[in-house]
Amino acid sequence: MTSVTNYLRRIAARLTGHALAFVARFITAVRADWRGIEPIARQRVYFANHVSNADMPMIWTVLPGHMRRQTRPVAAADYWLKTPLRAFVGPEVFNCVLIDRRPEARQEDPMEKILQALDEGSSLIIFPEGNRNMTDDPLLPFRAGLYNMGRARPEVDLVPTWIANLNEIMPKGEVIPLPLICTVTFGAPIHVAPDEDKDSFLKRAADALLALAPPPPGGAS
Amino acid sequence: MTPTTLDILFLAFGVLGLLTALTVLGEILRGRLPHGQTNPVVETFVTRVHSWWAMVILLSLAVLGGQTWVILLFAFASFAALREFLTFTTKSKADHLSLVLGFFVILPLQYLFVGLGWSGLFTVFIPVYAFLLLPIVSALRGDAKRFLIRVAETQWGLMICVFCMSHVPALITFEMPDGSDRSILLIVFFAMVVQLGDLFEYFGGRQFGRRRVAPGLSPKTLEGMVAGVIAAALIGAALSWITPFGLLGAAGMAALASLTGMFGSLVFAAIKRDRGVKDWSHLIPGQGGLLDQLDSVIFAAPVFYHVTNLIWG
Repeated sequence: MTSVTNYLRRIAARLTGHALAFVARFITAVRADWRGIEPIARQRVYFANHVSNADMPMIWTVLPGHMRRQTRPVAAADYWLKTPLRAFVGPEVFNCVLIDRRPEARQEDPMEKILQALDEGSSLIIFPEGNRNMTDDPLLPFRAGLYNMGRARPEVDLVPTWIANLNEIMPKGEVIPLPLICTVTFGAPIHVAPDEDKDSFLKRAADALLALAPPPPGGAS
Repeated sequence: MTPTTLDILFLAFGVLGLLTALTVLGEILRGRLPHGQTNPVVETFVTRVHSWWAMVILLSLAVLGGQTWVILLFAFASFAALREFLTFTTKSKADHLSLVLGFFVILPLQYLFVGLGWSGLFTVFIPVYAFLLLPIVSALRGDAKRFLIRVAETQWGLMICVFCMSHVPALITFEMPDGSDRSILLIVFFAMVVQLGDLFEYFGGRQFGRRRVAPGLSPKTLEGMVAGVIAAALIGAALSWITPFGLLGAAGMAALASLTGMFGSLVFAAIKRDRGVKDWSHLIPGQGGLLDQLDSVIFAAPVFYHVTNLIWG
């Protein structure tokens, strides 16, 4: 009986995934620009800018099926376990690696869970700014997690991933998304150099990500 | 089966036959090149033919389905076009609601009015009512920074992508002098002469184009445009049997539509150049966006609609 229920839940998760991808494509015609990598199933950590809750589904949507099944977003447990619906969508549809953002309450080390997922062969999607960027700056300072991952598993490609236009599609506080074209640009992979310290690597990673951002609409005027 | 349906099928199969011939021609041109080489002109031609297959099949099915399907098809085309256009316009957070209204209220209402045949309303709805309403909605959010640029560019997008585009399906509402239901064929006539005129303009310009009409903006040449308009007029004359225009009238209307469309492409080239983009989007593989493909049709539609009503209405 449990196995039948599990089976049905998995089918429901797959269908929900396809429906979400369809909605994302209908609203934003989201498209991948494979500028620095090929769309092949290599193990990677996609690190992206974060302005909206729709960021992760956008990357997830543009990944071809064979890459999507191998890729797990790293996401906050307090967000994705809040309601039964989110607990279905986060862990089961997107197959998220859920980590606890509250250091005082957590049972397990988030980095251990992340490295475990990498050791199982999964690719990851992470947002190294930690929180959604609500400022006018293009990026918030990166947290250390990206550096620690790159240091612990130096063979994994760290791929800068810029999501364009989402702050106009869904600004904070708005309910209805604006249908504008969203582009997800994948840059050339970077790695932590053997003698590189945390701050210089994080700066290099942020620069690699920013270099993918398109000029603002309306030109320089 | 009504005579109109038979004519639509006849035209659809005629165009599909033409596309088959063009597809074969493209493969012959490819085959004549040495092994492993490609010619950019031939590749452009082949990708264009491929996207025409999709466009022709979609338009044929919609026209066979009747008025509702044609209006739905163009409503979705307007949606995709507006999405491309507004991606590149100036806007701020304060415009979010007015832009959402543009997509989800103004656009459906415009096509509803077209579907109901309320020509008195759909010809003024966006130029007057949306024009006045949307800046109010933006102003209420209290952000004055680049306000005129923001509202002007939004209005331009709505005019082009919704108002102008909706004049293509609006041709259905034209009352034929003989009282028949053949006005839907005017859409076929219009789309064919504009698109084929563009094709002949492109290849005519490549063959013997010398004088550029807008240097620095577009590769269009005077010779290419003349070739395109003449070709459109001849095709229009050949298709005069599906129109109420008569032989000379059909040739003249085709030339007018084709010429307006070419200048429309020129205007769109200027906008793209200004925004630093080559294509509006990547919706149509190898072709760019919907606006790249339909810019001429969009621009020519209101002119064709009004001249048709003025002379034959």
